[in-house]
Amino acid sequence: MAASYHAEHGTLLERFFARNRGPILVAPALAVLVIMNIFPLLWSFGLSFYRYRANRIKEPEFVWFKNYQKVLTDPVVWERFQTTAIIVTVDVLLQLVVGFLLALLFEKTFPGRRVLLMLVLTPMMLSFVAVGAFFRYYYEPTFGLLSQGIKAITGEPFILLGSEVGALAGIIFADVWMWSPFVMLLVLAGLVSVPKHLYEAAEIDRASWWRRFWTITFPYIRGLLLLAILFRTIEAFKLFDIVFLITEGGPGTSTETIAVYVYRVAFQYFKTSQSAALGYILLFVVIVLTNLYLFFVRRRDVEDQ
Amino acid sequence: MARRRREIGKAGWGRTAFSTVISFIYFFPVLWIILTAFKTHTDALSTPPKFIFTPTLENFVSVFARAYERGGAAVDTHFDLFFFNSIFIAGASVGVALVIGTIAAYGFSRWPLRGNETYLFIILTTRMLPPIIVIIPIFIMFRLSGLSGSYIGIILLYAAFNLPFTIWMMKSFFDEIPREVEDAARMDGSSEMKIFFRICLPQVKAGIAATAVFGLILTWNEFLFALLLTGRDTRTVPVAMAQTIGGDIGVRWGLLAAIETLFLIPVVFVTFLLQNQLLRGVTFGTIKR
Repeated sequence: MAASYHAEHGTLLERFFARNRGPILVAPALAVLVIMNIFPLLWSFGLSFYRYRANRIKEPEFVWFKNYQKVLTDPVVWERFQTTAIIVTVDVLLQLVVGFLLALLFEKTFPGRRVLLMLVLTPMMLSFVAVGAFFRYYYEPTFGLLSQGIKAITGEPFILLGSEVGALAGIIFADVWMWSPFVMLLVLAGLVSVPKHLYEAAEIDRASWWRRFWTITFPYIRGLLLLAILFRTIEAFKLFDIVFLITEGGPGTSTETIAVYVYRVAFQYFKTSQSAALGYILLFVVIVLTNLYLFFVRRRDVEDQ
Repeated sequence: MARRRREIGKAGWGRTAFSTVISFIYFFPVLWIILTAFKTHTDALSTPPKFIFTPTLENFVSVFARAYERGGAAVDTHFDLFFFNSIFIAGASVGVALVIGTIAAYGFSRWPLRGNETYLFIILTTRMLPPIIVIIPIFIMFRLSGLSGSYIGIILLYAAFNLPFTIWMMKSFFDEIPREVEDAARMDGSSEMKIFFRICLPQVKAGIAATAVFGLILTWNEFLFALLLTGRDTRTVPVAMAQTIGGDIGVRWGLLAAIETLFLIPVVFVTFLLQNQLLRGVTFGTIKR
């Protein structure tokens, strides 16, 4: 083989390249990632042990775990976690339901499917800013579509974002609209993987739709549903842009997710090191979820081969 | 691989009719924005909302021209610059990420390192992590080095931001192509360079295109980094749009809708073209079918 030929003969340089092909190929990418991602991450980690504010000249002071202690015992932080948990739970559940129903709609081929699929898939590809701006316009109290629609029915003016529940609902609605197509894509992938002969057999047995779903369809989409849940949970956990644009965390702080809170701590209160500590707690959660996600991805790959 | 045979049933025009209704309801928020973009200021704010109106292009003109008047004086919106910035920054950063990332993906796929999976996991994590964690040090780094508000800074950052995605996507494409041809070429004494450029790259051409377009959309849409790290001259459209909502022309919804329409037309177009690669794209190449 040519590769081993160069590794043993060739000039010094040729031998070096032949023996270290893998590292050489990935080195530039790793270098960029180390500079722009890993190094800032470590810096953040370091910062989280100091007392430091980015808008002051004062030298950072080493305080061990004080920032973590402060953050973890702060009732405000727990409140933000609670808000985030509510949003994540409802958000992901609704995305599953809507995504699943959409998948049933597009499960079979029919004339015009490709074009219609484009209409449904578009929200997922849009910018959070654009989606945030849309819904801000629709929720607008006087001339927003939603407010006008409800006013036409009840006769009373309607301010969705005025109440705590309404604001949460408004954010969740926008996010569900945006990301249900994602779930749909995964469910569709599962649905087409179900062998047709199983359905034919079920038909001969006169199995009910419900039974057919649980015993044939569900086992085939289970794995992908789990992946959808994990992926959407990771993303919903980081929910920032939509909240920032639709409610800015209000009314009061009732829709302030943990990601928005970290942003405020870092760039409005300038408690730089505290926000780093809090950021690291978020990172830990995301790493655990990403690990789980990859575990199930690999298991699915193995099962399929 | 037997399980993955695509068996897709057929439905008739009845399903088309039903799906059309549902799809249009789903698409309605986008559709309404596009309609709003063609309305005059009064039509956009009318109660009850107007479904039938005389379309006007004044909003689109206002997006770029020194168009809307405030106290008699015309104000330049600079949106031509912001659109240029968005295109230029996305193009340059995706280009850099694509070159570096494709080479790395080839390495991870064909010449696995010791601890290959760990590297890949860490790379994916850098994409999944809440951006807020890295942004504090990057903010400080940029301020200290003077990169803040410059093109080169934001392009480098976006290249790094696109890199994990590019590597995972391209690795999934490289993993799919059979190795027999490469091995045969190697037996015949082809150089590694030749094998990469003449045999492997041509087979993943479609993959490169899909990865590039996805990267462009991700970058085109990005908001948080752009908000904190671009200056007046390098501002991208999402940031300018957010400022438009909060700022002095916040009530000019027709204008905002026109900006949004221009901003999302390329995305809708691309969604149509990329339909078959969409699943892989949105899951960073972890789920292929």
